[in-house]
Amino acid sequence: MSDIELLPKQGQVAKKSQPELVEELTTLNLGPTHPATHGIFQNILQMDGEKIISSEQTIGYIHRAFEKIAERRPFYQITTLTDRMNYCSSPINNFGWHMTVEKLLGIEVPKRAQYIRVIMMELARIADHIVCNGILGVDTGAFSGFLYLMQKREEIYEIYEEMCGARLTTNMGRIGGMERDLSSTAIKKIHEFIKTFPPVLKEFEELFNRNRIFMDRTINVGAISAEKALAYGFTGPNLRAAGVDYDVRVMNPYSSYEDFEFDIPIGQHGDTYDRYMVRGEEMWQSLRIIEQAINNLPEGPYYADAPEYYLPPKDDVYSKMEALIYHFKIVMGEIDAPAGEVYHSVEGGNGELGFYLISDGGRAPYRLHFRRPCFIYYQAFPEMIKGLTISDAIIIMSSLNVIAGELDA
Amino acid sequence: MLTNKEVAEHIAEKFEGKVGDFEQPYGLLTFYTLRENIIPLLQYLKEHPTYKIDFLTDITGVHYPENTGKEFVVVYHLHSLINNFRVRIKVALSKDDLHIPTASELYPCANWMERETYDFFGIIFDGHPNLIRILNIEEMDYFPMRKEYPLEDATRRDKIDALFGR
Repeated sequence: MSDIELLPKQGQVAKKSQPELVEELTTLNLGPTHPATHGIFQNILQMDGEKIISSEQTIGYIHRAFEKIAERRPFYQITTLTDRMNYCSSPINNFGWHMTVEKLLGIEVPKRAQYIRVIMMELARIADHIVCNGILGVDTGAFSGFLYLMQKREEIYEIYEEMCGARLTTNMGRIGGMERDLSSTAIKKIHEFIKTFPPVLKEFEELFNRNRIFMDRTINVGAISAEKALAYGFTGPNLRAAGVDYDVRVMNPYSSYEDFEFDIPIGQHGDTYDRYMVRGEEMWQSLRIIEQAINNLPEGPYYADAPEYYLPPKDDVYSKMEALIYHFKIVMGEIDAPAGEVYHSVEGGNGELGFYLISDGGRAPYRLHFRRPCFIYYQAFPEMIKGLTISDAIIIMSSLNVIAGELDA
Repeated sequence: MLTNKEVAEHIAEKFEGKVGDFEQPYGLLTFYTLRENIIPLLQYLKEHPTYKIDFLTDITGVHYPENTGKEFVVVYHLHSLINNFRVRIKVALSKDDLHIPTASELYPCANWMERETYDFFGIIFDGHPNLIRILNIEEMDYFPMRKEYPLEDATRRDKIDALFGR
C-alpha cells in the first residue's frame, strides 16, 4: 500500500508517480517555540486543509545531559537535576531520587518524614494537575478557569517555600529524610489549603465538567484503547483514563502510601475528556491523602539516623569534631556509596517515574537512568492525532501533559 | 504472587543454556541472556499464560569499558501488571559488534527507548524502523554516554579526581 498516496482526488487511486492526482498538502511546523505546545518541541505536520495526514516529532531542544552530569556528581547534588525534569511537580522527582538512594544505602526513613513527603508529593500532584487541566481549558478557549486555579497553585508554592525556601525547582528533602520539620506556619497553611481548595476546584469543575462546548471539544478526541496505551508504555493518569488501574502508589507502595485510604479514578475511553476527568478526580483523592497525613502526622524525628549521608545539625558542626568531619565529607561529596543496582519508581505527575541507579561503590553513580513517563508516551502522539484537526492536536497534547523538561531530561 | 525463585527456575529450565547469572539485587530478579534469545524471551514472557510480563518499563544501556568482550550491556526492565512482578533482563555486547535485534515490533514503546540508547551508546538495534538520534543533534559524531567521553574538560588542572570525586 505504500505506493498509494493518501487522500487522492475523488474517485481515483493515486500512485506516487501520479502527483497530479493528489491534492496539495501543506507542511506545517508546530513548534519548536509555539505558545500552544507549552514547551519546546516540534511537530512537523503534513496537512490536507485542516486535517492532519501525518506528523513527525522532533524533541531534544532542551536536552541537558542529566544522565551524564550525574555520573560525576555526589548523590546529594543530583537532586537539583531531578528538579528540572518535571518542573510542575518537582518534589515528587526529588523524593523519588532520595528514596532510590535510600534503597541503595538501606536507610529506613522515620514515619514522620515519610508522612511529610507524602503531603508534599500530593501537593505537587495537585499543582501538576492544576496546570494540566487549567491549560486544557485555555486551549479549548476558556481562560478564566486557569487563572482561578493558578491562585491555588500559588498557595501550594507558598507551602513549598515554607518547607524548603524555593518555589519551582524545590530541591526538597535530603537523603535520609527532610531537611527541616514542618513548621507551624506550614501546618497552618496546609490546613488552610485543605479548607479553601475544595470550593475553588468545585467551581472550576462546574465551569468545565458538563460544559457543552468543552465536552464537544474533548469527548472522543484523541481516544486510545487500553491495549494501545499499554503497548505505548503509558502510565499514570493517561493510562488510567484508558481504563487500566495501574498506580505505583498502590501497586508498590513507597513512603507509607499503604497507610492512606484513597481511590484510583479510571476512565473508560482514554479520550481527552477522560484524561481531564481522571486528573480532576485525582486532585480530590490527593486532597484526601493530605488530610489523612496531616491529621495523623506521627511524632518523632524527621530524618533517619544515617550520619554518613544526612548533614548533622549546624550547632553540632560548630561544637563537635565528629559532626564537623561528617559535614565536610558530605558537602565535599567524599562519601562512598555501596555497590549495587537499584530500580525504584514513584508515581509522578505523569506516570511511573523510575530511577535506575548503578553504583560501583564510588562517590557518584556509575550509571543513572531516568525512566521519564513523558518521553515514553509522547511517541504515541502522531498516531493519536492522525486524521484530526490541528485544534484537536493542541488539546490532545495538553491533555497528555507533555512537559518538555521531562521529555528531554 | 509470583516469586523470583519460581520464575527464575521456570525460565532457566525453558531457556536452558541461553540464560544465566541469575541474581536478585534489592529484590528484583535479574539475569543475562544472549542477544539471539532476547526477542524470543521477551515474547515468551509476554505471552506466558500466567506470568503475563507484558509491560516494557524501560530499555537502557550501560558501558563497562573494562569488561573486555562485554563492554556494553542493554538492560530491559519488564513488569507484569497483573502479577505485580518486575524482571530485569540484560544482554552483554562486545564493542566490536554492537548489534541487537529490536523489540519495537513486540512493544511499540521500545521505539524511542532504543533510539535513545542508540543516541547515547551507539548500540544498533537491527530492524528498528527509524534508528536515528533522538535527543542529540544529528551531526554529532560520537556517543556521549560512553565512558571515554569525560564530562569535564580533560585539560583542566584545577580539578583533581583524587580530591573531587570521580
